[in-house]
Amino acid sequence: MWENGVLSEKLAALKGKMEEELGALANSRELYEFKNVYLEGKKSRISELMKEMRSLAPEERAGFGKSVNELKEWAFGRFQAMEEKMKRLELERRYEREKIDLSIPAAPARIGNLHPVTLVINQLVDIFSGMGFEIYEGREIETDYYNFTALNTPADHPARDMQDTFYLSPEFLLRTQTSAGQIHVMEKKKPPIKILSPGRVFRSDDDATHSPMFGQMEGLVVDRGITLGDLKGMLDVFVQKVYGEGTTTRLRPSYFPFTEPSVEVDCSCFACGGTGCSLCKGTGWIEILGAGVVNKKVLENCGIDSEEYSGFAFGIGLERTAMLKYGINNIKLLFGSDLRVLGQINEK
Amino acid sequence: MIVPLSWLKEYVEIDVTPQELEKKLFDAGFEVEEMYELGKDVSSIVVGYVEACEPVPDTHLHVCQVNAGEHGTMQVCCGADNVHAGGRFPLALVGATVYATAKDHKTVEGIATIKKGKLRGYESEGMLCSGVELGLTEDLYPGAGYNGLLVLPEDAQPGEDVKKLTGLDDWIFDISLTANRPDCQSILGIAREVAAMLGKELRMPALDYNQTGVVKEGFRVSVEAPDLCPRYIAHYVHDVEIAPSPAWMRRRLALVGINAISNMVDITNYVLREIGQPMHAFDCSYLEGNEIRVRRALEGERIVTLDEQEYEMNPSNLVICDGVKPVALAGIMGGLNSEIRDTTQAVLFEAAKFARDSVRKTARSLGKASDSSSRFEKGVDEYSTVLGMKRALHLVQELGCGKVSATHLDVNTGNSLDPKPMKVSIRKVNGVLGITVPDEEIYRIMENLDFHPVIEGDELSLEIPAYREDLLSAGEGDVERYPDIAEEVIRMYGYDHIVPTFMPTAQVTTGGFNGYQKGVLALKRTLCSMGAYECMHYSFFSRADLDLLRLPEDAGERQAIEILNPINQDYLLMRTTLAASMLNAIARNEKQGTLEGRLFEVAKVFEPKSLPLTEYPEERNRLCIGCFGVQESFYTMKAVANTIADSLGIRFTYTPVRKPFLHPYQAVTVSCEGEELGYFGKVAYDIQEELNMRTSAFLMELDMEKLSAWFETRRTFTPLSKYASEKRDLAFVMDKGITFGQVEACIRKANKYVGQIDLFDVYEGGQIPEGKKSMAYTVTFEPKEEAFDSEMIQKFVDKICRVLKNELDIDLRS
Repeated sequence: MWENGVLSEKLAALKGKMEEELGALANSRELYEFKNVYLEGKKSRISELMKEMRSLAPEERAGFGKSVNELKEWAFGRFQAMEEKMKRLELERRYEREKIDLSIPAAPARIGNLHPVTLVINQLVDIFSGMGFEIYEGREIETDYYNFTALNTPADHPARDMQDTFYLSPEFLLRTQTSAGQIHVMEKKKPPIKILSPGRVFRSDDDATHSPMFGQMEGLVVDRGITLGDLKGMLDVFVQKVYGEGTTTRLRPSYFPFTEPSVEVDCSCFACGGTGCSLCKGTGWIEILGAGVVNKKVLENCGIDSEEYSGFAFGIGLERTAMLKYGINNIKLLFGSDLRVLGQINEK
Repeated sequence: MIVPLSWLKEYVEIDVTPQELEKKLFDAGFEVEEMYELGKDVSSIVVGYVEACEPVPDTHLHVCQVNAGEHGTMQVCCGADNVHAGGRFPLALVGATVYATAKDHKTVEGIATIKKGKLRGYESEGMLCSGVELGLTEDLYPGAGYNGLLVLPEDAQPGEDVKKLTGLDDWIFDISLTANRPDCQSILGIAREVAAMLGKELRMPALDYNQTGVVKEGFRVSVEAPDLCPRYIAHYVHDVEIAPSPAWMRRRLALVGINAISNMVDITNYVLREIGQPMHAFDCSYLEGNEIRVRRALEGERIVTLDEQEYEMNPSNLVICDGVKPVALAGIMGGLNSEIRDTTQAVLFEAAKFARDSVRKTARSLGKASDSSSRFEKGVDEYSTVLGMKRALHLVQELGCGKVSATHLDVNTGNSLDPKPMKVSIRKVNGVLGITVPDEEIYRIMENLDFHPVIEGDELSLEIPAYREDLLSAGEGDVERYPDIAEEVIRMYGYDHIVPTFMPTAQVTTGGFNGYQKGVLALKRTLCSMGAYECMHYSFFSRADLDLLRLPEDAGERQAIEILNPINQDYLLMRTTLAASMLNAIARNEKQGTLEGRLFEVAKVFEPKSLPLTEYPEERNRLCIGCFGVQESFYTMKAVANTIADSLGIRFTYTPVRKPFLHPYQAVTVSCEGEELGYFGKVAYDIQEELNMRTSAFLMELDMEKLSAWFETRRTFTPLSKYASEKRDLAFVMDKGITFGQVEACIRKANKYVGQIDLFDVYEGGQIPEGKKSMAYTVTFEPKEEAFDSEMIQKFVDKICRVLKNELDIDLRS
């Protein structure tokens, strides 16, 4: 230790003073003030102490300088430690201040969604375009010929009655089935044909389970050697993709004027796996679409040689598919534009 | 169609359970919509023999000792007036279920379970039952209508199952039929199919009868509208004795839900259900002129039908007339004037085929339907007319209710009822199915269907029975019918034999959405990202909707296609604008308490080239967006439009416009590259008020077809400038009426390097003089050939200020 009594005391006093003040610091502003007062710049206490050097004898100067430097180093050490402590404390305090009520509801994000029927169309298009089906959207206003006659629906068939069809003139009507588009396609395009035709169709029916307008998706394949087995094979792939791997199909006889043979297609109930539940009304099966081998007369009507080519067609009800998929219990909800309904659907 | 199992069994042996039969029917194309045991609600009812019966003093009750055979003898208290020792009655054992009746002992009030009980201190183990308590009626079981215990026959064995004894173990099938099989609209028709399914013989009902020598002299039938009546058979029956039908017939009619009336009337109803042939019986004493004429009704001609309703007819209706007046509405209902009465002594039976379209149209236009008309609407084959008449005459004789005369008139347009030959290739039949059905299976199936097959090599020769009109309709020069035969084969062979294949012979095709469809979908997704929900509205709208939009009489939107047979006036017209549906949707949401939101619809509008339609109308896809709520404004709508433009890589220009349903100063047309695409704006306040909307709403409609011109425009990369862009904030003071657009145009005119111009403040009042406003902009200068220094920028700004001063008298704010 350096021996000059007065300066030694001054050194010790300064250290004591600094020690005291460091202990009393409340925040980093005071800390930086402390730094300014004691440590930094020519006017700081330590610098001023250093100036005392001039009053010392030269041989004492080295010792004094060393002591001051030691004090300075000590003080800086303390300052840094203090600075770190202060930062940590202040961060803690800041976090504390920013404590919020995490349970307050968030402002709703405005993200819309596609209509359930559009979502179903997209899913079906995705599946069938992989199998080579093009998408064709036909007219909604059709002629009697394209909607009925060309589809082998005889003139006195009940489906043509005014009760079922909306007529616009003796010749023009609102299409009752997307099958009407089949004929336009087959007139223009020769096999191989694979088309998928989604769209709105209209029937004069309006009650709890029927809507005068609904969506249908027609599928049509015409090529050489197409069989009922091919229809079954394609439907199997389709139901597995829509309703899950283990889903199977069942064909049962039905009647449509434009297919022969005609079938109704059921798929095993995806809710219960076929054991029977409320969705499938205990049968284990859910009716999903109508289909069949294209009637030879329909091909002939379009100038396609029905001995060389054959085909199959199927028609899916889009609202029904959407209702099954999203568990919607009333068809009218799909046309109601109720945001409380639309907001519940997501694209899964 | 209702089919009682017991009736079906009359024509075919059924050795499978009702459940197995249901499965067979289903597999062959006959969906059973409902099936139930007739006595499904009643159980544990046995024959009880009353061995002793003592009256309980001061009551109407009796205490009986009832022998129930294997179930033992038990004490039962009974209040019925016809209980007596030595009687045999239905006994509901303890635990049995029966129908509970009201105090009148007739009205069924539910199902009750029989418990052990005590009446007036006497133990009672079970209950003796009435017919009503078992669900029986007088027609279902004679004596069941009595208000007291049902009396069972003397030979009923104590303990025997009463359900079996009274036919309550019968099964009722409700079968739905497809439109191509009208031949199955009868018990016999279903029996034919069941026989084929089970490989059993079909037992035809008896058709024989003996004719007397009686002739109705001079009686004639003329069909004056053969297009509406290809076949008309009439037969005269004399010495008629009207009486109730026998129990077996009444029971069968009751099982299919028909009330028995009298033997003659019941025969016509019975034949309708059994053979599928609608029949009519006229009381001959009320037929005038000794003739039947089948003709179109005269304009305004009237008839009163059996149910005492009067109808006015026109020439599209077919009527049966005597020499003077209409006596029946053909195929629908007989006239009141010639109905069968208790006094009827001679009857003319009619079995005819009427064109189904004619019957349907008449039934619909007069609003009158019957069992008969519903058969004709589905189609009655000619084979049935002959069969039905024979059967009716047989039944007349069997019931002994009349004598069959020799007067039989059959007006036939010349159709033969012989089976028609058909030849098909077995290879082609299998080719439709994609499997090879063994020849012997094909043979068996065709044989069971009564097609009399002969197989020679690949050739299958068949004889198609006359009742299969669905297979006979093919005219000359028609395509080969092997798919029809394939259908017959597979529905009997079983669809579960079809092996799934994946078009092994098909050529590869490419699929997917085309560019337009992808563009529409991308646009929809863009709208979703702005918080809009897609919705779907009916393609119809109404005159009220056109009025709601305040569209003037000569507005193009009023040139809408009208539906000739609308469901109601709300769905009368095909939409020419999507705006009205959207407004209504917004109003519905507000009514439900949803006070903000965004909706959009992509759908067609229909623009006729002429009215009424003589050619296809224009169908154009349109996009309609509806936004509502306090946070929406003209500018949020503009942001939506701009985002649509951005997503397509184009710029829209907006020009103020007046629309009758929009705010006069907050509506614009939307254009791109000089092409007008649509409009958007704020909904007029009077419409908002009319729809009880609490918040402002905004509408946009864009023509999707026009917009699609830019769907496939590819945006290419522009290299980034080497030089940094410079920004300057400039505030100007100008007249209040000057628009951003005017200022922007001037700034761009003044300097070609101007890029983005952002408005960041609009201010009035304070130091700004009255009638003036301050607008503050950030103008970005984009260097191209060289970097800008501040001197250059200052020159640009000075120029801009000069141009603004000269053109719009705008000053830079100091």
